Amino acid sequence: MRRDWEKISFDVVMGLVAVLTLVLLAAPTVVVIVVSFTSGFSLKFPPPGYSLRWYAELWDAWQLHFAAMNSFKVAARATGLSILMGTAAGLAIARSKALSARLLDSLFMSPLVLPALAFGLSALMFFSALGMPVSLTTLIIGHTVVCVPYVVRNTVAALAQLDPTLLECSASLGAGRIMTFRRITLPLIRPGILSGGFIAFMSSFDNVPVSLFLRDAATDMLPIRMWQDLEGKLDVTIAALSGVLIVATIALILVMERLTGLSRRLA
Amino acid sequence: MATSTTTYDWRLALPLGGFLAVFFVAPLAVLFALSLQVDPKGTAYGVSQYTAFLGDAFSLGVLGTTLLLGLEVTALCLVLGFPVAHLYTRAGPRMRSLIMLIVLLPLLTSVVVRTFAWIVILGRQGIVNSTLLSLGLIATPLKLLYTQGGLVVALAQVQMPLMVLPLATAIGRIDPNLADASASLGSGRWRTFVKVTLPLALPGIIAGSMLTYAAAITAFITQSLVGGGQMLFMPMYLYQQASTLQNWPFAAAISIIFLVAVLAVVTVFNMLGRLSRGLTEA
Repeated sequence: MRRDWEKISFDVVMGLVAVLTLVLLAAPTVVVIVVSFTSGFSLKFPPPGYSLRWYAELWDAWQLHFAAMNSFKVAARATGLSILMGTAAGLAIARSKALSARLLDSLFMSPLVLPALAFGLSALMFFSALGMPVSLTTLIIGHTVVCVPYVVRNTVAALAQLDPTLLECSASLGAGRIMTFRRITLPLIRPGILSGGFIAFMSSFDNVPVSLFLRDAATDMLPIRMWQDLEGKLDVTIAALSGVLIVATIALILVMERLTGLSRRLA
Repeated sequence: MATSTTTYDWRLALPLGGFLAVFFVAPLAVLFALSLQVDPKGTAYGVSQYTAFLGDAFSLGVLGTTLLLGLEVTALCLVLGFPVAHLYTRAGPRMRSLIMLIVLLPLLTSVVVRTFAWIVILGRQGIVNSTLLSLGLIATPLKLLYTQGGLVVALAQVQMPLMVLPLATAIGRIDPNLADASASLGSGRWRTFVKVTLPLALPGIIAGSMLTYAAAITAFITQSLVGGGQMLFMPMYLYQQASTLQNWPFAAAISIIFLVAVLAVVTVFNMLGRLSRGLTEA
C-alpha cells in the first residue's frame, strides 16, 4: 500500500511540476503573439479585439527598419568572420592533447564566461585609446569576439565525432591533405560549423551588452532600440515586431533542424 | 607519422589567437589599467577605486543583492527544471522533440522579446492580474512588475534551458537498472529519487547551476526591464557609472570586481563538478 501511494504521489508531483514548467516556458511567446494582434492601444490581455493595425504601423516604423538593417549587417559579418577564424582554430585544437591546445581552447571560450558588459566597456576604452571612433567596424569586431566561441565549440564537437580512420583511409588511397579536407573532413563537419554559425548569428543579432558601448546614433541596433522603446513607453508596435521576430526565429530553427539536426547538437 | 593525417597544423589557430589577443585580451588589460587610475584625468595611479567600492555600503549592497538574485534564480530553475529533464528522459520520441522545442524556444528567441512578454504577463492589466480580478480573488491589481519576485520568475524562464539541457544529459546517462535495483531492494520512488537519481545527476545539476547563475547575474536587459528602477544590480550599476556619469575609472573597477565575482563562482562550480564526477564514477 505504502509503495503504491509513493509511486502515485511521486509521478503526480513530478508530472505536474514538469507540465507547469513547460507552460511557464511557452506562455511568454504565446502571449506576445496574441497581444500583437490587438485592436487596442494597450498591452491588455486578453485583447479587447483583434486587428492587424500594429503590423501596419510596423511597416512604417523607419527607425526600427534602420536599426534592424544595422543589426543584420553586423550579425552577418560577425558570423562570417567567426566561421572563418573559428573553424580554422577548431581544426587546430580539436585532436591535440598538447597543453598549448588546451590553453588556446580556454582563450577561445573565455568570451563566453566573462560578463559581456565588462567586455563592451573595455572595448570602448580600447578603441577610444586607439583613436578609433565607434562604427559598424568596431561593432563587427566586438560581436565577433563574443560570438566566435560558439563556432569553435561546435567545430570541435563535430571533429570529435569524426572517425579518424576515414581520414587514414583517404590518405592511404593517395589523397593529399587538402583533398582529404575538402572531400572528407569538410562535408562531414559542415553541419557542426553551420549550427555553430547559426547560434553565433542569433546571439549577435540579439546582442545588447557589447552594442550598448560600441554604437552611436548612426549605428543604432535593433535590440537596443527595442529596449529603449520599452523603457520609455509600452508600445504595441514592439509586440508586432516581436511577433515577426518569433516567427522568423521558428522558421530558421526548422530550416537549421533539417540541415544540421540542430536540437541534437544543443542537447 | 600516423597522427599527421588526423591532426591539423597548429598554425590554423593563429588568426583567431591573434584576433582575440588584440581585441579581447588587450582591451581587458586597458580596462584593468584604467581601474587603477585615481581620477578620470589619470593624474595618479593607485587602488583608490577599489577601496572606494569595497568601503561603500551602497556598492557592497549592490554586489550582495546581485549575487543573491543569482542564487534565487538558480534554485527556482533547479526545482522547476529537474522534473522537465526527468520527463524528457522518460518520454517517447515525439514527446521528446516537443519538450525539446519548448525548452529551446526561449533560448533562441530574442532576449528583449522574452522580457517584453513578461511585462505583458506581470503588468497591471496583465494576464495574472486580469485572471485574479475576474475570479474575484483580488479587488485591485497586484504589483508584480518591478518586484524581486517577478524578476526571479522572468529570469528563471529566460535561463531555464541552460539548466534543463545539462540535466537531461546527466539523467539520460543514469543506468535505468539502478532504479529497478533500488525498487527491488524495497525503496519507494521518493527514496530512490533522493538516494539514487539525485546523487547520480549531480554533475548535471552543477553544470546547469553554473550556467544559470552566471547568466542570471549578467542579464542586463531582463534586470532593467522587469526589475525596474527600484532595484539596482551590478550590470546596471556599471552601465550608469560608465555611460551616464562618465566615471570611467570607477566603472572599470566595478567591471573588474564583477568579473572576478563571476569567475569565482565559475571556479567554485567547476571544482564542485570535478569532485562530484569523482564521486559518481567511484
